[in-house]
Amino acid sequence: MIRLERRPEASQLMSYASPLIAIALMLIGGLLLFAFLGKNPLEGFIVFFINPISDLYGVSELLLKATPLMLIAVGLAVGFRANVWNIGAEGQLIVGGIAASAVALYFYESEGIHILVLMVIAGAIGGMLWATIPAFLKTRFNTNEILVSLMLVYVAQLMVSWLVHGPMMDPDGFNFPQSRMFEDPALLPLLSDENRLNFAFVMAIGALLVGYIFMYRSFAGFQMQVAGYAKDAARYAGFSAKKMIWIGLLSGGGMAGLAGMSEVAGPMGQLTEHVSNNYGFAAIIVAFVARLNPVGIFFASLLMALLYLGGEQAQQYLALPSSISNVFQGMLLMFLLGSDVFINYRIRWKEATA
Amino acid sequence: MDGSIISSILFATIVAGTPLIIVALGQLIAEKSGVLNLGAEGMMAMGAIAGFAVTLHSGNPWLGVLAGMAAGIAMSFIFAVVVLTLMANQVASGLALSILGVGLSAFIGKPYESEILPTVETIRIPLLADLPIIGGPLFNQQALVYFSWALFAGIAWFLYRSRPGLILRAVGESPSSAHSIGYHAINIRYMATLFGGAMAGVGGAFLSVFYTPLWVEGMVSGRGWIAIALVVFATWRPFRVLVGAYLFGGVMVAQLFVQGSGLEINIPSQFLSALPYLATIVVLVIISRDQNTVRLNAPVSLGQPFRPEA
Repeated sequence: MIRLERRPEASQLMSYASPLIAIALMLIGGLLLFAFLGKNPLEGFIVFFINPISDLYGVSELLLKATPLMLIAVGLAVGFRANVWNIGAEGQLIVGGIAASAVALYFYESEGIHILVLMVIAGAIGGMLWATIPAFLKTRFNTNEILVSLMLVYVAQLMVSWLVHGPMMDPDGFNFPQSRMFEDPALLPLLSDENRLNFAFVMAIGALLVGYIFMYRSFAGFQMQVAGYAKDAARYAGFSAKKMIWIGLLSGGGMAGLAGMSEVAGPMGQLTEHVSNNYGFAAIIVAFVARLNPVGIFFASLLMALLYLGGEQAQQYLALPSSISNVFQGMLLMFLLGSDVFINYRIRWKEATA
Repeated sequence: MDGSIISSILFATIVAGTPLIIVALGQLIAEKSGVLNLGAEGMMAMGAIAGFAVTLHSGNPWLGVLAGMAAGIAMSFIFAVVVLTLMANQVASGLALSILGVGLSAFIGKPYESEILPTVETIRIPLLADLPIIGGPLFNQQALVYFSWALFAGIAWFLYRSRPGLILRAVGESPSSAHSIGYHAINIRYMATLFGGAMAGVGGAFLSVFYTPLWVEGMVSGRGWIAIALVVFATWRPFRVLVGAYLFGGVMVAQLFVQGSGLEINIPSQFLSALPYLATIVVLVIISRDQNTVRLNAPVSLGQPFRPEA
């Protein structure tokens, strides 16, 4: 009989190996899924995981997709470390995108670098404002931030739907629910002429660095880490729980808002109802797979971006719905949470005792 | 406003509240045993697509409901293994289950997006259905509406009048004490979690087989989360779940009311659609302002993993 035995102390090795185990299990699950759907698993694997990054352009698309994930995940990780569960990044991204778009449309047909600067600021502030609601309600009334931030995702989706059907609709757009296309001064500069990768990628790398310094080199970051590990210890030490809730939610919201800005001022070039591609939820998985560590977030974002691109390829070449990406993402997180048991426990084979 | 409008609003309110009752009562049982499953949204989505697909192929909506139930049980079993056997964090695992269920249902449901099911007839209770105004809404309803009332009565009896219900609550309050007097806390939590999954699946199937009746990606649109909020709002009491679900049902049909009233109100439809979500936030604020009530009623071990050290 198999049984679990508690390890004398948590295994450092397993805490790094567990994400790799989860990725392996996800791949096996994916191969089985392809086989079950009557596709050749090997062909499925190649189409899904190899083809998207088989040339330099593919790699640039991977980095482009990973950009919003890195931004959001590093912001969320700050809060998750202190057990502040902001799961409404999807909504905060949308509001950030709306705010940045409002700036772009306000300065329509004018020039200057100030437009992009203001868009960045507006995006971050928009996301933070949306995160202020759960933060205020949590600190003031102790309202569950999980449910509030999640409900606000639906509200944000309805809000952007209303805006692109009404006040922000392109006046020359034949009634399509979308804003005007932004002009060059409101678009993030491309890093090269060969592909679509833009300045947002540089911002994302910067955000990972700042996140690293905050988490591992600042006192507030240390306080949040302590609060995450041992709530009571943090309280006895006099760390303000409210301050951590505010920092946790605002960092997640601000970064998600920035990601929204980077989408409307990047690959989309306008505001539509589909400003987010589930990035807010995918980034939660990224943060977990990365063990809330900025270096890990870089790599986990690339993996998650690959799942997005693979889904698009599977749609094109295997005639599978692109939502197969979400299936892989969900499997990955579920396997990760399951295999984390081996951090604190190990398997023992034991004779069944009657 | 005449009686027929009141009657139709009442009817729509009860129908809209029914999936919330079924799902929330299922979660109530799971939470009473100490398991917080935030995956209701994903389980409902899987129940909705399973119910829809099976009803479409078999032509029998009841097979569809059973399929939805089976899908919900399967999803909650994954969750149960991860949090009960492997002792993973319940919040994160529930979130993963929601992401997985919503994604998987969209994936499976793609070929079904253009299909429509025939409307299922309501069941008319003789004599009572002829009562003015309330007759139709209460006694000429979908079968699952009656089921939701039976479920409420059954759960209220089970929790407060039966021995197994007492044991379930004991496990939720203190699994180690329940364990030490010989009850297998993990098995009980497994059963409670699977029951919650089964009801979430039925609630999802109700949406796609009886309520709309069609399948659209993301059609659960937050009802799973609202059901979880409802359990908190109800402070873990079945009767309050019932009342709360109808309140939400009423908010959800506000759109119908505005149209039916013939008033010239110029509100974008998105504002009305946002009302249930805003209402959820408002009730959560109201209930959590009084932390003592929440603390006194919440199962003590809610969300805590348990492992018998023996």
